[in-house]
Amino acid sequence: MNIVVLVKQVPDSGSERKLDPADNTVARAAADNVINEMDEYAIEEALLVRDREGGEVTVLTVGPDSATDAIRKALSMGADKAVHVVDEAIHGSCAVQTSAVIAAALQQLEYDLVLCGAEATDAQLSVMPALLAERLNIPQLSGARKLTIEGGMAKIERQTDGGYWAVEAPLPAIVSTWDTINEPRYPSFKGIMAAKKKPVETKSLADLGLDAGSVGLANATSKVLDFAGRPPKGEGVKVTDEGDGAQKFVDFLASQKIV
Amino acid sequence: MAEVLVLAELDPAGGGVRKTTLEALTAARALGEPSAVVLGAPGTAAGVKDALAEYGAAKVYVAESDDVEGYLVAPKAEVLAQLVADKSPAAVIIPSSPEGKEIAGRLAIKTGSGFLTDVTEIAADGTATQVAFAGATIVHSQVTVGTPIYTLRGNSVTAEPAPAAAAEEPVSVSVSDAAKLATVTDRVVEQKSSRPELTEASIVVSGGRGVASAENFAIIEGLADSLGAAVGASRAAVDSGFYPHSFQVGQTGKTVSPQLYVAVGISGAIQHRAGMQTSKTIVAINKDPEAPIFELADFGVVGDLNTVVPAATEQITARK
Repeated sequence: MNIVVLVKQVPDSGSERKLDPADNTVARAAADNVINEMDEYAIEEALLVRDREGGEVTVLTVGPDSATDAIRKALSMGADKAVHVVDEAIHGSCAVQTSAVIAAALQQLEYDLVLCGAEATDAQLSVMPALLAERLNIPQLSGARKLTIEGGMAKIERQTDGGYWAVEAPLPAIVSTWDTINEPRYPSFKGIMAAKKKPVETKSLADLGLDAGSVGLANATSKVLDFAGRPPKGEGVKVTDEGDGAQKFVDFLASQKIV
Repeated sequence: MAEVLVLAELDPAGGGVRKTTLEALTAARALGEPSAVVLGAPGTAAGVKDALAEYGAAKVYVAESDDVEGYLVAPKAEVLAQLVADKSPAAVIIPSSPEGKEIAGRLAIKTGSGFLTDVTEIAADGTATQVAFAGATIVHSQVTVGTPIYTLRGNSVTAEPAPAAAAEEPVSVSVSDAAKLATVTDRVVEQKSSRPELTEASIVVSGGRGVASAENFAIIEGLADSLGAAVGASRAAVDSGFYPHSFQVGQTGKTVSPQLYVAVGISGAIQHRAGMQTSKTIVAINKDPEAPIFELADFGVVGDLNTVVPAATEQITARK
């Protein structure tokens, strides 16, 4: 089984993240860039499926040169090889354009199963599986907390409020995973060493047969006009409980006409 | 007046339209005249028309077919794309939910349009407000290509009635084979709750690691019930097995924006703030006076949640 895992490098969600005032795109240069946390669950799931069904796991990323760190992480967990789409012209692309780039890259690969994280922690759109399914005319099995592959079919439990939907589709399909699906492994020392020798193929837009004029900030389908920091909250009231904490809390709720 | 399509979000339990739909109808009025779109199994529209009329739907496009619900996301995007082609609306507004965002994305590809997700406000010129990076950054954006498609975050806009005709117009549904690839074979409800839905609730009471055990979440539920609130949990509490994942607030969980958010035993890591920072009023109860959650709180109690919360619950109940 040929499995492709989509990974994205994002600014670390645990540190301060900013937009770049020069062009209103994510300020990546100043950020601590890491692999999108949710993608680690997709990688783990890909490895589990490969280990059951046989086959190969290919990592696919679209991003600047520095995104090789995210690729290395995936390879050190155990993925077999990688494709890195890197092209200056992609900078500032919207989700619609990015999906066209990923779809073009996927079309040059053989795949039975495409896996990705259910959301990226930077933009939090959670739409890439839907966009790719639409472009590639393959089934969308998004938001999985469980995945089984059986007789050419992929079956998921799609996480919902208070339960799940059972959804199934024939392969090839795209599946996105939540952090409830598994426990991602830590790369072993051996894995880290082995990752250095695994093949990483770099592709440009031209390699994918795409025109630079179809992507990038200037041609995006939406644009950020301006941005600002959230205005700081006024100083709140803080009381220390000396037996009257509950009373003061309820008094506050009453002052807000909540009780 | 320009027509704006609003996709109705329906209560899966059959309780009519969700509040998010009324909020979307309200937001749509800034751009033009709202027309609601009801997609669902046969018989769906009858139970929701009155609410759509009350909140300003001049028309209601009714596309009823078992195929709409029988397959994941794609059929809904297909029917909407057909309506966009037929009616050339000024914009499309969809309540923001996992499914809503996916419908928006597929619709954008089908119609050659741009889309903006989780917007909190839409101005008359189509400029949308979005909140980025754990609520720390406020962004103004515009769709620059095609028919603007927005998903509207729940509880961002206050639904206001504006009675309209809600003239029903049936839409014939023929879902293509391409949209029938992912079959929904079952819908399973594991936790039935009489509490309000997290993202819709006007009050949310959340517990964190400080609650210390699954059993002790009963005191969070007790406070929530006294306030008619939804219950949430921080990731630390969920990862520790205190409360189910579907109640997680913050990154990798739900984003909520209630009138009142009560954070109990939650330190306030940036990942948690991501899910609650836009709440109107924030109360924190934590024994650590240095907990970062207090930086966000309008009112904070430094104290032991095990004494403060039950006492507060008792007082709130007594006031009723």
